[in-house]
Amino acid sequence: MFDIFIAPFTDNGFMVQALLAGTLVSIACAIAGTFVILRGLAFIGDAIGHGVLPGIALAILFGFHGIIGAAVSALFMIGGITLITQRSRLSSDTAIGLLFVGMLSLGVVIVSRSSSFSGDLTRILFGEILGISRIDILIQLGATIIIAAIAIICARPFLLLSFDPEQAEVAGFSVRLFHNIMLFMIAITVVVSFQTVGTLLVFGLLIAPAGAGALLARRIKAMMLWAAIFGIISMYIGLLVSYHFNLAAGASIILVAVSIFFIVFIIQNLRHRRTGNQKDIIHG
Amino acid sequence: MADTELNINARNCDTPVNEIYLQAKQLDIGYRNEVVVRDISFTLRQGEAIALIGTNGSGKSTLLKTIVGILGSMGGELSVFGMPPGNNHRRIAYLGQFHASGFVLPLRAIDLVAMGRYPLHGLWRRMGEKDDEIVMAAMKTMGIESLANASLRSLSGGQQQRVYLAQVLAHQADLLIMDEPTTGLDAGGRELYLNAINDELCRGASVIMATHDIQEEAALCHQVMLLAHRVVAIGPPHKVMTPEALLETFGVVVAGENRLHVLECKHGHDDNERQGLNRKRQP
Repeated sequence: MFDIFIAPFTDNGFMVQALLAGTLVSIACAIAGTFVILRGLAFIGDAIGHGVLPGIALAILFGFHGIIGAAVSALFMIGGITLITQRSRLSSDTAIGLLFVGMLSLGVVIVSRSSSFSGDLTRILFGEILGISRIDILIQLGATIIIAAIAIICARPFLLLSFDPEQAEVAGFSVRLFHNIMLFMIAITVVVSFQTVGTLLVFGLLIAPAGAGALLARRIKAMMLWAAIFGIISMYIGLLVSYHFNLAAGASIILVAVSIFFIVFIIQNLRHRRTGNQKDIIHG
Repeated sequence: MADTELNINARNCDTPVNEIYLQAKQLDIGYRNEVVVRDISFTLRQGEAIALIGTNGSGKSTLLKTIVGILGSMGGELSVFGMPPGNNHRRIAYLGQFHASGFVLPLRAIDLVAMGRYPLHGLWRRMGEKDDEIVMAAMKTMGIESLANASLRSLSGGQQQRVYLAQVLAHQADLLIMDEPTTGLDAGGRELYLNAINDELCRGASVIMATHDIQEEAALCHQVMLLAHRVVAIGPPHKVMTPEALLETFGVVVAGENRLHVLECKHGHDDNERQGLNRKRQP
């Protein structure tokens, strides 16, 4: 009976590797995603996710590791976003949106030079969690440690930034410096996560578990813990479902993560409505 | 209101009033190369309070942001503790008007109050028992000690405002800079706030606040500055708050029974003020 839950992982080495990578990526996304939500950086997070495409495309074309290409692209995106935020007289959303669409199309144009165009593009956009190597897992482990270290060291300025950037500045924490460190942390997360669910869906992994955590938690640490738990559950269920029903793994994982968010959302709303009604009765 | 009168009169503590904390000479303030108010001159000494009074967009927030160093000055001189603005993080507590809503932050009330201690501890230094005591004392001063472990978003707007004010008090700063500190406070909250400010002044701290309240808060202050894109008047409250000066500041003033009723001529917040931080970074 329990075989359907366990056997896919005990019988297949690649499934264990996938779950291990998924767990590490879930922890990284829980930490970075928490600050993405608190600081209202969802759009920038999405833009970085799509913006890494050209670097990965070049890596495929010239045969170096995709993570290196993604990292270079991500740095370029952070530079572009920072420049736009400072200089734009328009709402920065407009320019950041154009930057990410530009990078996305540049990536597709580059991949179109590849001999296996559609196969490569699908792998980049939707991930290849079942093809994760040991080296990839080691890189993800290193990155997760770096991300956790950044979150611990910068906890105070990140919290002040989330409350009020002006107050952070007055308190002696440079807004420019710590905002860029936060963007850097988000970028590392995207760079090491794209292999699992793809550049198109990595945003979901960043936002959905942390969003569900935000609904439940009343402390930042608890929000991160919930986010990591929801992320890992999504990985496990997503992999299991994709194995049994022969579905795309990355998309299955994101579908589970988003479903968890909406289930928590609905339960919270029903609960609030009930306690709200009770209050009305008491006061009425 | 009788209690409040009593509190205001209680400001007869012997605070050593000597050191100059804040001095502006012919200061021009504004943002993005656009001057909002010209030629501001005033001095704030230790243990003194000054209230900035004016409509939305009159330059109150711009002046506060210039003092804390978020906006650069556009002419004239400004010194804070004898130095240019932005060099005294440990001595200044600042509460702006446009912070993230407490309804979206996954924090407990006590976590937000404890953030008031961060400027003193920087990135590394651990918070000790003394910090915990100060944080709890600040919450008690604002009457919210029983809400310490409550989730911030479960609190009402007025209770959240008390939390923000407790955060300012927890800093135990030499200079308290607050933009519309009584927004959303009920009568009880206002009384606790006025008492707290009185205690801060007696402790030797100085206060500068932007306010709409021309009755209680202004009466607590040693000086009042009326702003309407220029300094209409500055000086002790009883001398400055004449019907004529208030009329020029606010547009419409109705004298009622022992009270002045101010009807503002302009409503809605100026979005330019909200963007202050980004503006400074313009080339």
